[in-house]
Amino acid sequence: MESKVEEVKSNQPIKSPSGFSIIWREIVRDKLALISLIFLILIMAFVYGISLFLDQEEIVTVDLFSIYEPPNEEFLLGTDYGGRDVFGQLIIGTRNSLTIALLVTLLTGIIGVGYGLVSGYFGGHIDNIMMRILDFFMILPFTMIVIAFVAIVPKYNTLTFSLIMTAFLWMGIARLIRSKALQEKELDYIQASKTLGSSNLKIVFTQLLPNCSSLIIVTMTLNLAANIGLESGLSFLGFGFPESTPSLGTLLSYATNPQTLEYRWWIWVPASVLILLLMMSINNVGQALKRATDARQRRG
Amino acid sequence: MWKFSVRRTLIMIPQLIVLSILIFVLAQLMPGDALSGQVGPDVDPKRLDEIREQMGWNDPWHEQYGRWMGGILQGDFGESFRFKMPVTDLIGQRIVNSFWLSVATLILTYLIAIPLGITSGRFNDTWRDQLITGYSYVGFATPLFIFALVMLWLFGFTLQWFPTSGSVTPGLEPGTFEYMMSKLYHLLLPAISMALITTYSTIQYLRNEIVDTKQKDFIITARAKGASESRVYNRHILRNSLLPIAAFFGFEITGLIGGSIFIENIFGYPGMGQLLVESITLRDYTVLTATTLLFGVASILGALLSDIILSIVDPRIRIK
Repeated sequence: MESKVEEVKSNQPIKSPSGFSIIWREIVRDKLALISLIFLILIMAFVYGISLFLDQEEIVTVDLFSIYEPPNEEFLLGTDYGGRDVFGQLIIGTRNSLTIALLVTLLTGIIGVGYGLVSGYFGGHIDNIMMRILDFFMILPFTMIVIAFVAIVPKYNTLTFSLIMTAFLWMGIARLIRSKALQEKELDYIQASKTLGSSNLKIVFTQLLPNCSSLIIVTMTLNLAANIGLESGLSFLGFGFPESTPSLGTLLSYATNPQTLEYRWWIWVPASVLILLLMMSINNVGQALKRATDARQRRG
Repeated sequence: MWKFSVRRTLIMIPQLIVLSILIFVLAQLMPGDALSGQVGPDVDPKRLDEIREQMGWNDPWHEQYGRWMGGILQGDFGESFRFKMPVTDLIGQRIVNSFWLSVATLILTYLIAIPLGITSGRFNDTWRDQLITGYSYVGFATPLFIFALVMLWLFGFTLQWFPTSGSVTPGLEPGTFEYMMSKLYHLLLPAISMALITTYSTIQYLRNEIVDTKQKDFIITARAKGASESRVYNRHILRNSLLPIAAFFGFEITGLIGGSIFIENIFGYPGMGQLLVESITLRDYTVLTATTLLFGVASILGALLSDIILSIVDPRIRIK
């Protein structure tokens, strides 16, 4: 597959590097981004791999004989107020947090890109009305409205929780894509395609969309980092998942107990460090991607 | 300018109506009510139904909405079921606390962000700039609640420099100097924690503005006319770069609301953010609708303020 692409490329008179090779070169040049990428791949493989062998039910079962045990051989990172293994909760929690963040990023990406493309491409009255709706969503304070929504859904799972978050997070990317689409549609290739009689649907999805792809990839990467923070924040306040489905924020929420905050570092410190590392690594990769898409900023 | 401001204010009215309906419907959809927790062997379920009927909780939603809205327009948010007092009284003290916390946070944010942004923009690509950019980068990637927890742990518990909960030391007479100082002392750590994390956008924006403005023609002219370096920066560049920052002031309010929900819960600071979370946990709908509505109105007003300031600063927006 790879070699075929190469062959086709080498037949062309002028070789211009493909998008992926530019991105790859940029990441390799930026040592921090490369380390971050490797760290991310390792942690994802580790978390999703290990959690296959861990039993969530068993980890979240209360064990009254081992409450607040400091780290020891049996419990690598000690136990919490219910005698539950913190290390196991950390692995499962990271998996749950990552899954939600990925799902929300994907959903907001799909909705935001679709909304932005339609609004920007058609312009005029459609754009006006769509932007008024978007403005309204932008104004709502995210944390406030999401916790109100989470409280009204009696039983929720990964999907419903992601949908609630998505409902109030798609606006940022929609705005970016709209302004990009507004610029692009004035360009010759779109006008030419229109003259040739292509349908709007075809222009939007096969011509406009690919030309926005770099912006989409960069924004979604940066959104992924933000979404990890948002999800753990909501779980921290107690409006994310219940304790039986731990997330990174759940472990941090135990630190609202002053005793835990002061004397039982093993419960909340590992989770905070992990959230910070995850968010920073994703941001590093995102910044490298951003440079790769803007030729003036490239290092390689 | 007036035309734009009036039109922008008129847009706000449908926004407010949609917001109030949204909040009202949300509260209606929530499972259970303030009475459902009271069911027990000694409580007659029929009696509860009677109370519900009396309170008008079984009426169609638009009638209830009308009653609710009518009350709010007269400054009456209803009665809190859990706290057994009028919501207006309950919110009164909290809103004052939250207001001062927000003011302190804003002042600290600008006190930190403006000097750092100016230094970073003026000496761009030097070690100072890299240090400041590094700080704002870390601030960007750190969630507020983790940072606040670490601050509370370090300065509140380990070093014991600051109180760890409350908004004032109990037993002090309101209005005295000690009372005011105690209030200030209690809101300092939460405000610093929030300010240190929220500065990054202002720093980065100011830096980019200054770096851009530095290369403009009028700056070269000013230099050619022999203006001193400090005059170029303080009069010519700053005046142009600070205006957009002033315009974002209103949008900061939305950020402050989101932040205060975390900050007030972590630092045990009795404000609106803490009340919001409490009211959801206790299913106290009158309090919940009142707090969400006030937060929403504050954000809408903030956006209005920003748009109007922006239109004064940047005439292009008015023409559109």
